Amino acid sequence: MKLFDYVRATSTGDAVSAGGDYIAGGTDLLNLMKDGVEAPDRVVDINALPLGGISLDAGVLRIGALARMAEVAAHPAVRHRLPVISQALLDSASPQIRNMASISGNLLQRTRCWYFRDTAFACHKRRPGSGCPAQDGQNRWHAILGGSDRCIAVHASDLAVALTALEATVVTHRRRIPISEFYLLPEGTPERENVLESGELITGIEVPVTTLASRSRYLKLRDRATFEFAVVSVAAAVRLRGGEVDDVRLAFGGVAPRPWRSPEAEAALKGGPLTDERIRAAGQALVRDARPREHNAFKVELVQRALAQILGGFR
Amino acid sequence: MPLLWVKLHGMTQDGPTRRDVLKAGATAAAITPVLTQPVLAGAAAPSGAITLLVNGERHQVEVEARVTLLDALRERLALTGTKKGCDRGECGACTVLADGKRIKSCLTLAVMQEGREITTIEGLAEGDELHPMQAAFLKHDAFQCGICTPGQIMSAVACVAEGHAGSDQEVRDWMSGNLCRCSCYPNIVDAIREAAGR
Repeated sequence: MKLFDYVRATSTGDAVSAGGDYIAGGTDLLNLMKDGVEAPDRVVDINALPLGGISLDAGVLRIGALARMAEVAAHPAVRHRLPVISQALLDSASPQIRNMASISGNLLQRTRCWYFRDTAFACHKRRPGSGCPAQDGQNRWHAILGGSDRCIAVHASDLAVALTALEATVVTHRRRIPISEFYLLPEGTPERENVLESGELITGIEVPVTTLASRSRYLKLRDRATFEFAVVSVAAAVRLRGGEVDDVRLAFGGVAPRPWRSPEAEAALKGGPLTDERIRAAGQALVRDARPREHNAFKVELVQRALAQILGGFR
Repeated sequence: MPLLWVKLHGMTQDGPTRRDVLKAGATAAAITPVLTQPVLAGAAAPSGAITLLVNGERHQVEVEARVTLLDALRERLALTGTKKGCDRGECGACTVLADGKRIKSCLTLAVMQEGREITTIEGLAEGDELHPMQAAFLKHDAFQCGICTPGQIMSAVACVAEGHAGSDQEVRDWMSGNLCRCSCYPNIVDAIREAAGR
């Protein structure tokens, strides 16, 4: 690990003006630094900032940026009113890491594309212009939707998928950003993963608490039972009225460079019952523009089955 | 609100120089004029002297900023019970407790753990009397090579304290952050279930 200065900030203003990489849990940043993917000159410890806590007020759940994954997953209001968040968090990482990792850091974790994580390889995200070995390489874990010729790495956060389905807002020290506008698709600039500007500090997450959100679930499919990233995942919130879908939100993980919302799939479900046929049509709408690579074509089928499985639970 | 300026130098092999110390103060001043006490830089030990509270004892150690808690425990405090497996947060061999919560000591900087109460495998037994979890691991033969065992036991102690040892399946799920390449998992689950039942 390259040498760096370490400073502790005790106010948001100090943190922002300190001019370095923020560290909270450190569970991703330190790995990136050990592997030489990140090499900041200065690391700013923000753990002393008053940005923790979870509160429910006026129909909005506010999660402080420094709240830990374990703390949020176990919070009664989260478990009962926004179950998809709790489920997504408990399906993430390991108990130790959930005790350490902050909510804001979880949203900003870097992709687990191993070409990105190994500096021996070219990677447009790490070194723009150098290449993307994943396009023709070991791309089993990579994107089938939203990728570009420069990058097909998927976003690793389960929480981000859940928050996308719930239309959460990311709050920074200077603005509020709907999560649907927070993450960027790679296109020609995969090094830019979100809209945060240099030094911009996430202070919290806001989630509307609705009846729809209370009927939300998370399904994560992976290569082993726990402590593994998603091959594909689905966050779904469904409200039925008289047996017909009154409102639905669907977000998918493991299939795209950012949490993938599918308005087409949602439209295919609205206004009718949750029949096998309608669910199949929604799945087909979801993958209509899929562009699988050599090793990940199975995801096109798998994500449709995952959708069918989670929606079946709402009938 | 004061900026607590703890500068751990980008040190050279010879250690920090007086210029580093002065530079730290100057940089801090540039950030915000009101604040800026270079806490460690001006102290008698002009480098990254930090205080760690480990197994009830207070230790002052000199570290570079990049030293993880794991390396500080093993290399500075000679507490080699905590093992370095992958050094990437994947194997769990380095699990310790921080304020009673299990963490991976390879994924946090030593300086970030100032003020926390760290418990390592060396801090579990009461004199010659083993912690019930240690005794249960012995009784159930819950290890072979033993390198993952300190991490397994620290994680297991927390797993029970959290109330996550109610069934074999729950134990498996909540111990998934600790790998055992000898694959002693069935015996580990038995040991934890027995210790939880006491």
